[in-house]
Amino acid sequence: MATAAHAETKWWGGGRSPFNVEYGKLMMWYFLMSDTFTFGAFLISYGTIRFSQNYWPDPNHVFNAFPFAGHMNLPLAFVSLMTFILIISSVTMVLAVHAGHHMDKKGVMKWMTWTIVGGFAFLACQAWEWTHLITGHHAVLVDGKITELATTVSKNPWGPGSGVMHDGHEVMTPGPVAFGGYFFGITGFHGFHVFSGVVINIVMLAMTYNGVFERKGHYQMIEKAGLYWHFVDLVWVFVFLCFYLI
Amino acid sequence: MSTHESSSAAYPEVTFHHAPTDSDTMVKKIIRTTVILSVITLIELALGFVIYFMHKSPDHSHALVLFIKGVIVILSLAKAFYIVSVFMHLGDEIRNLIMTIVVPLMLFIWFIAAFLYEGNSWLVLRNTNAGSTPDQQIQKPTDAKKPGVE
Repeated sequence: MATAAHAETKWWGGGRSPFNVEYGKLMMWYFLMSDTFTFGAFLISYGTIRFSQNYWPDPNHVFNAFPFAGHMNLPLAFVSLMTFILIISSVTMVLAVHAGHHMDKKGVMKWMTWTIVGGFAFLACQAWEWTHLITGHHAVLVDGKITELATTVSKNPWGPGSGVMHDGHEVMTPGPVAFGGYFFGITGFHGFHVFSGVVINIVMLAMTYNGVFERKGHYQMIEKAGLYWHFVDLVWVFVFLCFYLI
Repeated sequence: MSTHESSSAAYPEVTFHHAPTDSDTMVKKIIRTTVILSVITLIELALGFVIYFMHKSPDHSHALVLFIKGVIVILSLAKAFYIVSVFMHLGDEIRNLIMTIVVPLMLFIWFIAAFLYEGNSWLVLRNTNAGSTPDQQIQKPTDAKKPGVE
């Protein structure tokens, strides 16, 4: 079978994986595919509601803050930082998988540690962003009265202008309520994936440290954890796209 | 891609393993992909800022904004392709496996088109009192009322 195995292999003849992958890895792929549909359904539902509204908050106006920058107007800055953190942690993960292919225990541990650090950094950023939105009050005009509203799942201060001036600038009206629900729901669901990915990565790091994979003779588990971690990065590409960019 | 034809003792169901690519080649590929992903992200951010500054003037071209958004969507799909095919190594798997993952995702074409169409039809119903009032008579908040627009 040394020559031309590709052409002559009877993939469906039994006794071998027709997809040439180990069972757990195949199932990880199918899990990720189903998760793609879950996230897809959430994002498409968000798109449907957004299309049905005459007015939708401008992300550059809502997400313009940066830690320790006070009230400076910095649209896209913080979310770019979050995006780069996830890209870099995806790279360190792929380097951990690569070290695993070479049975390099030290390398796996080093890159897994950096991946975990990246995961925590992302979660910290998200915690800051949520806190900033939930605790940041904005004056809006509700029933003819100026009311302070924060961005929550039931309140949205990011509506169209009211035409009423107050303290030298125009007071806004409440925006579509669905905005907060979708934002916190979808970024929260993604954050939950990041969190569980970090937990999985910590377990993998502990198992590597204890020499489990060295005894097994392969680091396939790191590969499976890696698939999950890259998926988390992949979903962020679309969350970033749908909530912050367009 | 080079492969060697020995089934592993740990996974008898796996017919051939991808030979561990030599370290330099793989690390180079990873770095190249990282650079591509970062550059695409920077372009997306630049386009995001273009939209931001266009929104500042009330009489900006909506078609152009829509076009830029379309470009950003395509760039995001390119990022997704690189993550899946290089970082997740799907590009190295055999064709059968790739197809069982990619073909079901085709459902998204209908999924997105149908639901955005639905959202738009909802908007029309909203603005016409379910068809009983002509569109122009209902007062709608416009971009001119968006914060930051002068």
